[in-house]
Amino acid sequence: MAEISQDTGSHKKGKKKRAKKLPTRIDLTPMVDLGFLLITFFMLATSLIKPQTMEITMPSDKKVQDEDKTVAKASQAVSIILGKDDIVYYYFGKTEGAKVLKTNYAPDGLRKILLEKNFEVAQQVEALKAEKIRTRMKEEDYQKKLSALRANKNAPVVRIMATDESNYKNLVDVLDEMNICSISRYAIVDLEEPDKQLIANLTP
Amino acid sequence: MPKAKVKRKSTWVDMTAMCDVAFLLLTFFMLTSNFTKKEPVLVATPTSVSEIKIPETNIMTVLVDKTGKVYFGIDGQDKRRQLIEKMASIYKVNFSPEEMKKYTLLELTGNPMQAMKAFLNLPAESRDLPQNNLGIPADSTNNEFKDWVKSAREVNPELRIAIKADEKTPYPVIKKVMRSLQQLDESRYNLITKLEGAPGRE
Repeated sequence: MAEISQDTGSHKKGKKKRAKKLPTRIDLTPMVDLGFLLITFFMLATSLIKPQTMEITMPSDKKVQDEDKTVAKASQAVSIILGKDDIVYYYFGKTEGAKVLKTNYAPDGLRKILLEKNFEVAQQVEALKAEKIRTRMKEEDYQKKLSALRANKNAPVVRIMATDESNYKNLVDVLDEMNICSISRYAIVDLEEPDKQLIANLTP
Repeated sequence: MPKAKVKRKSTWVDMTAMCDVAFLLLTFFMLTSNFTKKEPVLVATPTSVSEIKIPETNIMTVLVDKTGKVYFGIDGQDKRRQLIEKMASIYKVNFSPEEMKKYTLLELTGNPMQAMKAFLNLPAESRDLPQNNLGIPADSTNNEFKDWVKSAREVNPELRIAIKADEKTPYPVIKKVMRSLQQLDESRYNLITKLEGAPGRE
């Protein structure tokens, strides 16, 4: 990138008339302008981040749901009911005579409860994560081990029920908590009358 | 002693390097980014810690806005053409070739089939107005949404379902959509979310 020749005029009155040298240099300023214009356009019209997604599998109507229903032991069952204004009701075990408690979506709310309930698995998953970093485990191996851990027979089974007053964010939040707390056995089920009754009793 | 002449320096700056940088960045942006899809409504998706990325092709998008209106669309213009032809024959609506063409250019639409013809004939700038998008009916009695999903599945069996709903959408609407999918035996689907703590979070 040499300097621009500025020697105009000094040799004007030379004896020999030389052929005028045309500068081979082109002014690139408009090109730069164009480049940045296009950059601006692409930055505004496109998105760099792809949206994240959460994969869920719902039981289909055709499958027999009874087998899924009966495996849950009362000691493992957790029922979560999404109420209005970001309130979460939950209880353990059977619906009859259950003691319904209230919590919220904060990290020390629902997550703490679920982690306590799922203590064993959560701890193993935590250990696995540490091991993954330490030993530079391959991603697929990690996933395989992770799903093996999550299939623990003693892990809680969560029923998620949403009232009509709850919104989509609540649902995603709860599904997210399932992910965070390494709970693999959960289902979104319809709110049934006994559960409705439980909540109605709680909020006079 | 004569005064030293201050040499006039040229103000010319070499733009070649600048140009290189500009085009390098341009190339980067062109290759890494993908165009934002045009959506009829602005939807604020909820956040999650899930890091699975959504695939770019073979996606059927179900968009649910704050008020509970359902929009539907699949990717690929030729696929959309087949889809609208199928839907037209189910609902016995006669679309002119121009209307079909207009439909194939739209990523997402949210209107009952009876109102679709009028919607497609609207000028492009008024299509996004809320009063022109009635939402696809997904009730148990009048469920056009199921036909959309079913037809889309016939057009392209590899489609994956992505539900993109606003975080303030009331649950009954989501339940309706999920119920419809369940009845169609579509049990696997994706919920589109933002990464937790990502910029632009409300």
